Amino acid sequence: MIFKALTTAGAALLVMTTAAAAQVKIGFITTLSTPAGYLGEDARDGFNLAVDEEGGKLGGTPVQVIVEDDKLRPADGKQIADKFLQSDKIKLFSGIIFSNVAGAVVPGILEADGIYVSPNAGPSPFAGKDCNANYYVTSWQNDNLHESAGALAKKLGYKNMVLLAPNYQAGKDAITGFRRLYGGGVIEEIYTSLDQTDFSAEMAKIRSLKPDAVFQFHPGGQGIAFLKQWAQSGLKDQIAMVVAAPSLDQRIAAAAGDAAIGIRATAHWNVDFPNEANKAFVAGFRKKYNREATIYASQGYDTAKLIGAALKATGGKLDDKAFRTAMLKADVKLTRGAFKFGPNQHPIQDWYEIKAVKAADGSVALETVGKVLENHGDAYAKDCKL
Amino acid sequence: MELFIEQSLNGLQLGLTIFLLAAGLTLVFGIMGVINLAHGSLFMVGAYGAALTAAKTGSWILGIAGGLAASALTGFLVEVAIVRRLYHRDHLYQVLATFGLILFFNGLVALLVGRAPLLMETPKALSGFVEILPGIPYPTYRLAVMAVGLTVALGLWLFIARTRTGMLIRAGSTNRSMVAALGVDIGRLYTLVFSLGAMLAGLAGLMVGPIRSVQIGMGEQVLILTFLVIVIGGIGSIRGAFVGSILIGLVDTLGRAYLPSLFKVFLTGSIADGLAGTLSSILIYLVMAVVLVVRPRGLFPVSE
Repeated sequence: MIFKALTTAGAALLVMTTAAAAQVKIGFITTLSTPAGYLGEDARDGFNLAVDEEGGKLGGTPVQVIVEDDKLRPADGKQIADKFLQSDKIKLFSGIIFSNVAGAVVPGILEADGIYVSPNAGPSPFAGKDCNANYYVTSWQNDNLHESAGALAKKLGYKNMVLLAPNYQAGKDAITGFRRLYGGGVIEEIYTSLDQTDFSAEMAKIRSLKPDAVFQFHPGGQGIAFLKQWAQSGLKDQIAMVVAAPSLDQRIAAAAGDAAIGIRATAHWNVDFPNEANKAFVAGFRKKYNREATIYASQGYDTAKLIGAALKATGGKLDDKAFRTAMLKADVKLTRGAFKFGPNQHPIQDWYEIKAVKAADGSVALETVGKVLENHGDAYAKDCKL
Repeated sequence: MELFIEQSLNGLQLGLTIFLLAAGLTLVFGIMGVINLAHGSLFMVGAYGAALTAAKTGSWILGIAGGLAASALTGFLVEVAIVRRLYHRDHLYQVLATFGLILFFNGLVALLVGRAPLLMETPKALSGFVEILPGIPYPTYRLAVMAVGLTVALGLWLFIARTRTGMLIRAGSTNRSMVAALGVDIGRLYTLVFSLGAMLAGLAGLMVGPIRSVQIGMGEQVLILTFLVIVIGGIGSIRGAFVGSILIGLVDTLGRAYLPSLFKVFLTGSIADGLAGTLSSILIYLVMAVVLVVRPRGLFPVSE
């Protein structure tokens, strides 16, 4: 009797160790605290949803997702990555939301022969001649956000615009990106400060400049404040506004309320995309987390799906060459629809016009209007030799 | 000219909002000698209290009451539980403890309400514009904010200068032990002042709710500006806080409005825009530096 119990226990242990050996650990470094914490929270929950759908597996391979908060501090992100690499022996990484954190973390991972799959940040330094075979971006090259907004402004026929962005690198990149595909006249570029929450001075000025339309890049709380004050100033009824995806996500629209209605943005994903993969994702996300999916959640989910497709092809192995070949095939249906990797392992995908409208229940909904850019890659791919 | 009037109004309105925060902070700092970094958290509590109450009840008047009650109560609890133990300690302990409170409150709100920013709409009655001068429509809500700010400033001055409690507060700030020896319960007085300061911070928070974003960490954004104002005004002086707030509000707004065109006189396009953006964001710190060089203890120093 005792012998039988012992052998059963032994067999169980044996099963557990073989399972553990085949398991792939994924280090998910993301931003969970600070006001921007909801971005990382959504990315993490989207990623975990894909893992849960397969009962703890991706592409048939058991995975363990280890999540840590970088607190939006590059140094903290680097520390977590070092710990993951050295003590946890993790080889596959994802999760980073902000480009400044990515800038500090990614080189260390790649030097240690790790693989990094970005679900959000796509800074230009890693997209051009410093691209890397073990570095994939599934979201966008940062400039795409603003290029697509510029293309939309051109399509809508605006001729004289005022452009606003915070006075730091990403803000300047936003304006450069916007101008690349807009091509029309710019009356003035206004640089706001990064901690500014009151935009009355800028709005009074815009009123006097009388542009056809305004492009502004203020993500998160600043964006909410901008939209509210824009509506209060009465300018919303006189001057059109075009923004990039991070300035009009589902959370921002919900928090700005009626002030968001009528604002247009561009994005590569929206909650109302009618494809099957997206319908399943949106319903699954709502069921599991009891809230609406956002663009960040969709990116977390799509990233997990792409990793899953690669693991399926390699049978769970992270061997560089085989994994890369499988990964670049991107052989899986994503929530955003058409997707492929460009030569620099950044996305080539479609961009859509999104408009905030009043839903039947009085809340603000984001509605897809139409396509703005098709099979759009990025301006840096030509410098990448892989 | 019309644009200048509009921009000055914008500056005034920003100044009056900062004043509500600065008044509470300067009272606590000047009278009780406590550096309260968690003042911004009380601002956040006021905004969250109002947004949640308004969403639950559908009434913005109840929302205001909810926000004021939440911040005053939080202030009371913080004073009794933590700040009371810091009066005799070094400033370093106060900074550490109140910084800890910032993290605590941010974590608590994330746990209770979640990390997504909250919806807080402008009250319908105040959502239009008023044509203050022909051709200058000005948001009614911002005018209401200014009216509240001015009323509070006047009320505070009357309270501090003309009432018995106000007299005790002034006396307590000059000589704590003497006031206590005269039979005044100085501990209770301090609790009152701290709760009052908290309520003013909450009032500022709930008033900017419809203008800005109601989110975790919203208090930290305004905290630096508030400290700047009380340093310029002279620590402990309500009058200094008032003048300092208006000064900073005007300098900040007018700087952002006019520096770019000024730079365009001798520079071109994007360079001028970028440089003007940089300079206008440091302008208020320059003002502080100049004030401190000329008057090292602020514009209206409280005599010791």
